Amino acid sequence: MTPPRGSTGAERLRQLMMAAVDKEITAAEQVELDAAIADDPALAAELDGFRRLRDVTGTVRRRPPPPEVWDGYWDGVYRRLERGFAWILASLGATVVAVWGSVRFVQEVLSDTDAPLFIRWSILALSAGLVILFVSVARERWFVGRTDPYKDVVR
Amino acid sequence: MNSPDLTDRTLVVRAQNGERAAFGELASKYMQRAYYAALGLVGSHDDALDLSQEAFARAFRARATIDPDRPFFPWLYQIIRRLCFNYTRDTSSHRKKLEKVGSWLTDTTMGRGPDSPDLALERSELREQVGAAIERLKPREREVLVLREFEGLRYREIAETVGIPIGTVMSRLYSARRALAHELLEAGVVAAPHGEATT
Repeated sequence: MTPPRGSTGAERLRQLMMAAVDKEITAAEQVELDAAIADDPALAAELDGFRRLRDVTGTVRRRPPPPEVWDGYWDGVYRRLERGFAWILASLGATVVAVWGSVRFVQEVLSDTDAPLFIRWSILALSAGLVILFVSVARERWFVGRTDPYKDVVR
Repeated sequence: MNSPDLTDRTLVVRAQNGERAAFGELASKYMQRAYYAALGLVGSHDDALDLSQEAFARAFRARATIDPDRPFFPWLYQIIRRLCFNYTRDTSSHRKKLEKVGSWLTDTTMGRGPDSPDLALERSELREQVGAAIERLKPREREVLVLREFEGLRYREIAETVGIPIGTVMSRLYSARRALAHELLEAGVVAAPHGEATT
């Protein structure tokens, strides 16, 4: 095991090794890497290990799908667009109907003089709670979610 | 940043003007690249197909935000990678994988003639082990490795596609290869290096 280096120097050597493995190293960088290898033979072994690894990964490639996949590809995209539009319409319609039905139900119960007072207060509490929840979730989705700097962090 | 293909620019502008067929042409042009990009990130044919198609659908809905003067694919790739990262994050812990580990890879020798049974078995095992080791990499390291090893992109192209500095590309590549070497070493696929440096 090589003694630890300063993070900047170690990071630089890692980058140079990758550039050497992938044949993207410049002449000046090659000189720099050669000098580092001369100082630390373990680096040469690690570089050799990366090159052998490259040989192994070079023996595989991504498996092509059945050719007919490409024939129906755009149709698949189009169906998604179509269904996306259908979902938006259906969701809007369902939301309007649900809100209208809920308002009518609440009005019915509140105007029903036979209904016990605690039921009417419960209906009011339920309605107020649902409205607050809806506003809270909507605010999070539309405002907080869009400005959260950590939303793409993979945990 | 490379200037976009003139045809892409025309197609993007036409799509922004409401021509769905123009976007269809863009999709036809980039569908294979999008599919393979997703395949490298999720390692499953069905998921890669779903996610790449979903990326095109989202791209179409957001077509007004495309800058026609910039290359189209890196913009699309940002959607693909976000979808794939979210998908793997949401499903990795509980999804029952129906596809065999490493089945998204094949040998580079495929189609070049018959192998002996022993050689075919050896290659199949190697492919499975390499595939499984890549699947265990951290998503962002895996992404850079796939773009380099399978997509064949140069560092500058990877940096532009992913939207990170070249130094970060190289550092992620180093971490990915180191982890991959460790996995394959444990599986007995690669021999142990004589020494390990820069820990």
